[in-house]
Amino acid sequence: MFNRFFFHIGRYFSMLQRVLTVPGKWSVFKKELFHEIDSLGLTSLPIVAIISLFMGAVITIQAAFGFTSAWVPLYAVGYTTRDSVILEFSPTIISLILAGKVGSNIASEIGTMRITEQIDALEIMGVNSRSFLILPKIVACMFINPFLILISMFLGIAGGWLLGTFAGVVSTYQYVYGIQYQFNSFNITYALIKTVVFAFIIASVSAYHGYYTEGGALEVGRSSTKAVVYCSILILVFNFILTQLLLS
Amino acid sequence: MIELKNINKSFNGRHITQNVSCTFERGQTSLIIGESGSGKTVLLKCIVGLTEPDTGEVLFDGKDALKMNAKEKQNLRKEIGMLFQGGALFDSKTVEENITFPLAMFTEMSEKEQKERAQFCLSRVNLKDAGNLYPSELSGGMKKRVAIARAIAPNPKYLFCDEPNSGLDPKTSILIDKLIKEITDEFQMTTIVITHDMNSVMEIGEKVVFICNNQKWWEGTNKTILNTDNKELNDFIYVSKFLKELKDKNKS
Ligand SMILES: Nc1ncnc2c1ncn2[C@@H]1O[C@H](COP(=O)(O)OP(=O)(O)OP(=O)(O)O)[C@@H](O)[C@H]1O
Ligand SMILES: [Mg+2]
Repeated sequence: MFNRFFFHIGRYFSMLQRVLTVPGKWSVFKKELFHEIDSLGLTSLPIVAIISLFMGAVITIQAAFGFTSAWVPLYAVGYTTRDSVILEFSPTIISLILAGKVGSNIASEIGTMRITEQIDALEIMGVNSRSFLILPKIVACMFINPFLILISMFLGIAGGWLLGTFAGVVSTYQYVYGIQYQFNSFNITYALIKTVVFAFIIASVSAYHGYYTEGGALEVGRSSTKAVVYCSILILVFNFILTQLLLS
Repeated sequence: MIELKNINKSFNGRHITQNVSCTFERGQTSLIIGESGSGKTVLLKCIVGLTEPDTGEVLFDGKDALKMNAKEKQNLRKEIGMLFQGGALFDSKTVEENITFPLAMFTEMSEKEQKERAQFCLSRVNLKDAGNLYPSELSGGMKKRVAIARAIAPNPKYLFCDEPNSGLDPKTSILIDKLIKEITDEFQMTTIVITHDMNSVMEIGEKVVFICNNQKWWEGTNKTILNTDNKELNDFIYVSKFLKELKDKNKS
């Protein structure tokens, strides 16, 4: 059990060592990078948008029902929504969703390339296949995920306002006052730092599981499941560690 | 020139390749033949370095490929063209991009030159109009031909083909064989072709190595292969009654 654990850790880091090299040809790297930004980032926008809108709404409504005591000012609803969305919901929950979508995508793509010998074909041409396949994905995720998360924050808070006022649990004036109340811009920095770390985990861990697939189509499926499971666990662990480091 | 010295390879204690030693000359097409599952692909993968043999040496023009460091290995590989048994085309790239990929990666060719080269290679395998298709839109034989075009595009010094004509009709098959022989002569490449097609053996087998019982069982040329006394080889060649009768007629 421990043997397996250290085997994977060792192989993961030796993979990273080969991944993090200067690309052989910048023109080729740039082309791959833009392709990945499109296929890993932009296609995730719809699901991120829908989830953010509704989660923001639910947080607002729950907060409004929770704060029935006269001691709690009415603007607390907006304040609560803002902080939960920015601190936890957008960076962590959306990253978990992305681990499911992007992670399984990366693992199955690279896994399929492995079992159909496309990776061998790259190696035989003299291409550093780890760097060629994985580096653009890591860079693309670390670049595009912060934008996705910023959009998610905006939509989450907007969703709270839209559906909160629609449901009649909060007024526009109270909500807008609440989301401006004691705003600490470091929270956004904290959220983006988390996002970038999670993006690295999502891309590199799923690429690891895809790259070392052995067998056939069945194993590709398994690799992609494993990728999502390990990404999710690691995101939660690093969420804890980063929160300790950055907020305490 | 490629020399193999005492190559051994086993998987989970099962011996697949035992003590194979062999020399493949420059400017010559060498064929490896043998039954399905006899370890031909494994042997080829040991030669190109995709699997590491348990023991033995693989010499590329005198240099041991197994003792090379990463940099030397990468430089050697830029001189290798390989056709995989399954084609191994890049799914996310079009046919043309598949062929220009090694050129874009390792040469200073302009995009226009790359495209011209791709068109030229495609026309050599009779696929002029397939440039914009994706691998999933090709038939099995077309994939194979694109893979050949990709392997020869960078003018490699060493060319390895794993069953270049399985899944092709006899006419296209001969065309591919001739193409391989032609470019081998023209560019003085060291070419190794795996096949179980006797047509190919007769057509281009300047050297033929027969793998049987995990070993190199027989070695010769397309001239000597028909009159061999080797029992296993005869069983391999003269499978059909028709051919057997033909042989007996020839003898008498
Ligand atoms: N990675 C591997 N792990 C375990 N066994 C393997 C592996 N690769 C090949 N083998 C075994 O080695 C033997 C030879 O396989 P190989 O692919 O070399 O056959 P082949 O001669 O190329 O056959 P064919 O003409 O059908 O392609 C087979 O019995 C196969 O089960
Ligand atoms: Mg084979």
